[in-house]
This record gives sequence, C-alpha cells and structure tokens, in this order.
Amino acid sequence: MQTSNLIISLLVMSAVAFLLGYQRSLGFARDLGGVRNLHSLPSYYGMRVALWCGLPSALLLFSCLAFEETIISNMLLAGIPDEIRPNSVAEYNLLMNKIENLASGALSVEDVKPALIDASAALVYLRDMSQRLVTGLALLVAGGGGLWSWWRMSAQLRARQQVEKVLKGFLLFCASLAIFTTLGILLSVVFESVRFFQQVPITEFFFGLDWSPQTAIRADQVGGSGSFGAVPLFLGTLLISFIAMTVAVPAGLMSAIYLAEYAGSKVRSLAKPTLEILAGVPTVVYGYFAALTVAPFIRDTGTSMGLSVTSESALAAGLVMGIMIIPFISSLADDVINAVPQTMRDGSLALGATHSETIKQVIIPAALPGIVGGILLAVSRAIGETMIVVMAAGLAANLTINPLDTVTTVTVQIVTLLVGDQEFDSAKTLSAFALGLMLFLVTLGLNFIALRVVKKYREQYE
Amino acid sequence: MNKPSHASTERIRKTLAKRYRTEKRFRLYGVMAILFGVLCVATLFVDIIGKGHGAFRQTYIQLSVDYGSDTLGISDINDAQQLALANFSGVVKQSLRTRFNDVSGRSEKRQLYRLVSNSAEYQLADRLKADHNLLNQSEKVWVLADDDVDTYFKSLNSADGAFVGRTNDKQQEWIQSLIEAGQIELRFNTQFFTSGDSREPEQAGIGGAIVGSLFTLFITLALSFPIGVAAAVYLEEFAPKNRLTDFIEVNINNLAAVPSIIFGLLGLAIFINFFHVPRSVPLIGGLVLAVMTLPTIIISSRAAIKAVPPSIREAGIGIGASPMQVVLHHVLPLALPGMLTGTIIGMAQALGETAPLLMIGMVAFIVDVPGGITDPATVLPVQIFLWADSPERAFVEKTSAAIMVLLAFLITMNTAAVVLRKRLERRW
Repeated sequence: MQTSNLIISLLVMSAVAFLLGYQRSLGFARDLGGVRNLHSLPSYYGMRVALWCGLPSALLLFSCLAFEETIISNMLLAGIPDEIRPNSVAEYNLLMNKIENLASGALSVEDVKPALIDASAALVYLRDMSQRLVTGLALLVAGGGGLWSWWRMSAQLRARQQVEKVLKGFLLFCASLAIFTTLGILLSVVFESVRFFQQVPITEFFFGLDWSPQTAIRADQVGGSGSFGAVPLFLGTLLISFIAMTVAVPAGLMSAIYLAEYAGSKVRSLAKPTLEILAGVPTVVYGYFAALTVAPFIRDTGTSMGLSVTSESALAAGLVMGIMIIPFISSLADDVINAVPQTMRDGSLALGATHSETIKQVIIPAALPGIVGGILLAVSRAIGETMIVVMAAGLAANLTINPLDTVTTVTVQIVTLLVGDQEFDSAKTLSAFALGLMLFLVTLGLNFIALRVVKKYREQYE
Repeated sequence: MNKPSHASTERIRKTLAKRYRTEKRFRLYGVMAILFGVLCVATLFVDIIGKGHGAFRQTYIQLSVDYGSDTLGISDINDAQQLALANFSGVVKQSLRTRFNDVSGRSEKRQLYRLVSNSAEYQLADRLKADHNLLNQSEKVWVLADDDVDTYFKSLNSADGAFVGRTNDKQQEWIQSLIEAGQIELRFNTQFFTSGDSREPEQAGIGGAIVGSLFTLFITLALSFPIGVAAAVYLEEFAPKNRLTDFIEVNINNLAAVPSIIFGLLGLAIFINFFHVPRSVPLIGGLVLAVMTLPTIIISSRAAIKAVPPSIREAGIGIGASPMQVVLHHVLPLALPGMLTGTIIGMAQALGETAPLLMIGMVAFIVDVPGGITDPATVLPVQIFLWADSPERAFVEKTSAAIMVLLAFLITMNTAAVVLRKRLERRW
C-alpha cells in the first residue's frame, strides 16, 4: 500500500478505535448506573484506545520511512560485484542514479552492464518488499494495540491519567525539539567540517590569506590545488558589518531616543510602524535594491568625484544592510529606554538638567547594558545576513578594508559553494560547512552574551 | 549668604543659551534619524514601484495569420500527430512577411521574426486545436511581442528617451509602422500571474512561484503551528523548574537569532543527505522553514499564554478540572488570538525567506506550475533572486513586479495580524 493510503487507513483505524472504546465505556457505565461511576469520562477511554492503536504504528511507520532508503541502498551495494563497486561518494551517487533510472525505465536496458540490470531488478524487488513489510507491520501493530487496549478496559481504569501522560509527553517532545534542532545544526556542520580539516590544515583555514576554493578537475589546470585561507572572508564580513553598523547604530539609536523621549503620541503612532516596515521587507528585496539601485548610484557618484568604485562595492551592501538593521536596533533600544524608571527622569529634570542632558547623562548610562546587548544582536544579524551580500557584494576574495572595493563574505561563499552541484568528498563543498561552523559559533557566542546582558539588565529594574 | 548663590545663578545663566542650543541640536538629530528611516522606506517603495509597475501590462502585436494547410503541412486535421508537428512558426513568419512585404534578405528577415515572441506559434497551435474549422482560414490574432520590443515600446514615451536596447533602426521603423496602424498595444498581463518561469522574459510569470510558495507555507504552517503551540504550553504550564527546562529555553532563544542560512545547512546535511528527503520540492522547503520559524512561534505563543490571568486557571482547578483540562478547555482558547497573531508573523517571515532555500535546491529553473508538495518548485523570493540575476533588461521590470506582489502578500499578512490582535485582544 502507498504511504499516503497507509496513513489514511491508520487514521481511520484510530477513529474506529476511539468509537469502540467510547462505546465500551458507556457499556460499563450502564452496568454501574451512570457515567459518574466510571473513573474517567468516556471520551478518555476512547482516546486511550485510539492512542494505543495509532501511536505505536505511526512511530513504527515513520522510523521505517526514515531509514528505508538507507537500508535498501546498503543492501543493493552489498550485492554489487567488485569490479563496479564505487570508490568515492561521487561514483556511488552516479551508480545509484544509474540503477534508479534503470528501475524507473528512464534509462534503456541496452547499453549497460548486466550487473546493473540485476541491481535495478533487485531495487524494484526490495522496494516492493519493504513496502509490503511496512504496511503489514504497521497495520498489525495498529490492530493489535487497539484490540489489546480495548480488551484491557475496565471501569476503574485510570484512562484520563494515561491519556494526559501521553499528551504531556508529546508536549515535552515538542519543547525539546529546540534542543534537537541545535544538536542537528551542530552535527551537520561539525561532521563535514572535521572531514574538511582532514584535507586542509586548520592553520591554513584560520591564518591563510588566499581564498580560491575552485579545485581543478585536471591536475595541470591553473590554480589547480585550491586554497582555503579564510582571512579575506572574515575581513570582508567584518568590513560590511562595520559599514552596516555605522549606519544602523546612530540612526536606530537616535530614532529610538526621539520616539521614546520627545515624540508625541501622534508622531509615535505614525513613525514607529513606518520604521517597522523596514523590518518586514524580505532580505532578497534589499539585495535587489542594493544591487540595482544603490550600487550603481554609488559607482556613478564615486566616478564623478574621480574615485574608482567597483560596481559591487562593500559600501553599497553595507549601507543597505544598515538600513535593514535600523528598525532592529531602534525597537530594541526603544524597549530598554522605556524600561528605565520614570523616577530617574523626574529626578534629573528636577535638578534643572535639560531634556537632552537627562538623556545623555542619566537614561543612556542606565540603559547602556540593554543597548549594548541590542547592538550585539544586531552585529550577529549583520554577520549572518546572506541575501544582500549574495546579490550586492562580489565573489572576489580581496584582502582589503577599502569600502569602495569588492569584498566577499562568509555567507556569500557558503551560498556559492553549495548552490548547484555538491560533491561531498571534495574540500570545495566541505569548506562551506567549515565556514558554516564558524558562522554558527560566532553568532551563537554573540547571541548568548547579548541575551544574558539584556536579561541581567531587565532584572535590574524589575 | 546671597552672594555665592547669585554667582552660580549668573554662571548657569551664561551657559544656558549654549545648553539650549545643544538641546535643540540633539532633538534635531532625533528628527533626522526618523526622517532618514522614513526616507529609506519611501525610496525603497518608489524605486520598486517605479521600476515594476510596467510589468503588469505587456505589449501585444496584431497579426493577420493564415492557417494555410500547405504552410502548416497538415493534410488531415483530425490527425493529432500531424497537428503536433505542424509548422506554426512558418505561419507566424509568413504573416510577418505579408505585413512587411518590403523586407528582403536573410538577416533582415531574421530581425523581422524577432519582433514577436516565440510563444506566438504555440498560441496559434492551441487555437487550431480548439477549433479545427480554422484550417485554411485567416484571422486577426494578438500575439505576445518579444521582450526587446516590449521594453522599447514601453519606454517610447518616457522622459529620458526610448530605451533602444537590442532593437535596431529597422525594427524601430517596423514598430513605428505598427503603432501607426494601431497593431501594437499594451494589455493587462494575466500571463504574469498564471505562468511559470521562462527564459523568455515576455513569457515568464510568477504563477509557479506563488503556488510553490503556498505549498511550502502550507507544510511550514502544518508543522510549526502545532509543534510551536505544544512547546509553548509545555514551557508555560507544565515545565518544572530544572536544568532541562532552562536548557530548552536557552536553545529556543538562541535559535531565534541564528542566521537563516544555517538552517539551510541543517536541511542539506540532515534532511536531504541523511533522511533522503527529495530536494527542490516544497516538502523540504517547508520542513526547513518550519524549523526556522519555530522559535518565533514558540516565543509569541508563550507571551499569549502568559497573558491569560491565573484566576482562570485557579477557577478551573477549583471546580475539579485536571491541569491538562484547564489548559485545553480554557487557557488555549483564550490565548489563541495571540498565538495566531504570532503565527501569521512567523509565516510572513517564512514567506520572505530566501537564503536557506538556496541550499536545498529550490533555485532550480522550473517552468511548470507545481501540482503537489513533492513536485519540483521554487518560491516567490527565490524567483525574485533568479530574475534579479538575469541579464535581460525586461527582467528588471518583472523582478520589481514580483517584489510588489511579494510585498503585497506580506503587508496583507501583517495587517491581518494587527487587525486580529486589535479585534480579539482581551483586556483583563
């Protein structure tokens, strides 16, 4: 049976199980003289049976689905004769694709090795078998579980507690998905990074000044070896982030101060949503804006002033990224400034300070930890921002701090290396994961510090 | 006694003007910062609308075509094979030659044929398939103009002069003659909303991308809303104060700030390479985006649950409900509007996201409109990214128009969230 049909039949079985359990509990209630003599409400009895029917079978089904392909391809590989046994990941993928295409009929049988034809027949057979096996097992477990729990029903059964326990387990599972996600991210980048560092020395990655990941196909090609010194990427990322922060911090901070301290409710109710539009604009739109409007504008202005500006200057990407981050900083700063107790303002004003003096000498110092936390979060945002730099910054890994030059960033390289063909045995593809690991660790560190600072600060005034 | 106080008042008075000036300047900085932000919003929108509004209308050229059976090579109209192989491009070429009968020479003819889009022949084929009586008849048909013609025609009346692009003098002359005869005009571009991607700008549309986005969002919503709400309920209502709970909270807060591209790496390494989910399909896109939006939904759902006053819970417990019943029957329904608001904002975020989808193969060039969650698809922001990279001038217009559609979706969603919050918010 097909997976979708199987899922539907499991659902139907669970529904039937619910009804059966419900009816049976009503039967008990009749004998005892009313539902109030049951331990739990009838629906809990029904749910208990339905859970016994649906939950184990669903778990079984999903674990089978998750590992089915891996197991089948391993079994296939075991049956393949030695002379065409793949030696690398690329060869393995090629072989599997061939077998797959043979099995689906996309590749004609005529000009391939007989071993492959056998393998494709085996693939069809194994798939068929596994589908039958999974269907049979799942239906058996569902039916068995449902029947057993139906059989074991009694009026004293603590059905509600049992159902609630399962529900609570589900809630805990959902909450702990966050841990699994973090773990999954770590595992996915760490494993490939380790493989990368087996091929490229770690010192070259961190201290090398030359980045050109294009590994040549032939040994005699120019630049054949590929070099993986990531310093230009780090520097480029920092340069663009720095430009972004020089735009975003003053503009964001000043607008937050104005909105929190000076603006009347009318201006506030107009200006705040307008600024927040900037936060809702997708990054791909900023990227387009940077590449097609801002970059040519900067290039033309620069050229008319006699400067040489590339059309993919760091300045354009940084400026637009700064605009993107303004609402981020302004809303965080707005929150912390509003959290400063009114008594502090009143005290300062009562001593005769002007409004701006109060802000500069009382409110900002009091809100400083929160503001710093917000800025750190914004920096982590800037470092991890992808689309703007992919579209507006270049690919050339120049070691420069000239904002009019082209630089490339960590995220640009990750995207460039992973879009299109991926070979998980070449340093070129693996280097993207090493860069990903760096990015993850740095942003994680920044976020962790920032969140702690902000939290501490909140507690101070609560 | 009075003297020192008088002196300090004097001193303060002297500095007062300066202090007030500083005050004014500081205020001005604030106004400037706000104005800068507003200016950025205005520039962004004016720029995009200015570039993109033209794409909603497309140039069409009127041809009088003659479905001659000789030109088509059809002897039996009911033979599907013959109909499929018929030479419709010959018909188009012939009608162009008849219209401009002074054209001679190979290269000039080739330029002439370039006036209309190559979709014209498919359009004619469809017409003939629908109505077999048209064979050996002639009729007047509006066909799509080529993108270069389209760009040129649209820019004819613009202030900075016509954008010539790849059109040459001869072609411009022909277009002029078409204009004089009223055989070229702009029409509303329905194809832009219905068709999939194409290498030819005049045939490219966002229909496929919109459907792909809908499928992807559906998966994202179906996964992240129940899981997010469940996680929020656990953390707010049932979680004991222990290390595990703290660790979960730290993880959620950190995940909310992890760059989105990292989730693409997760999708690639775990979902595709380990669990063998097919690439380039809405299923994998939805999975990755669900993982990405989960923290947003959890955080906003927790806030909504927190806003339900404890008296509700106490009353429920007081009349004998179990904690789970209190949550399911009372707390969740009361917190639902807040949760929905957070979910809509999370979905808007997912709709605009591009970076992680690039890694899991959703950048493929896909012409067909996807029909399900396991059909190869692309999404609206990725379509924008792909078009932004295309060299043809006509794609600039298309990209901006696609951005306008995307922004319209996002603004609608965010407005819906705000309205929902205002309507259903309950003050306790």
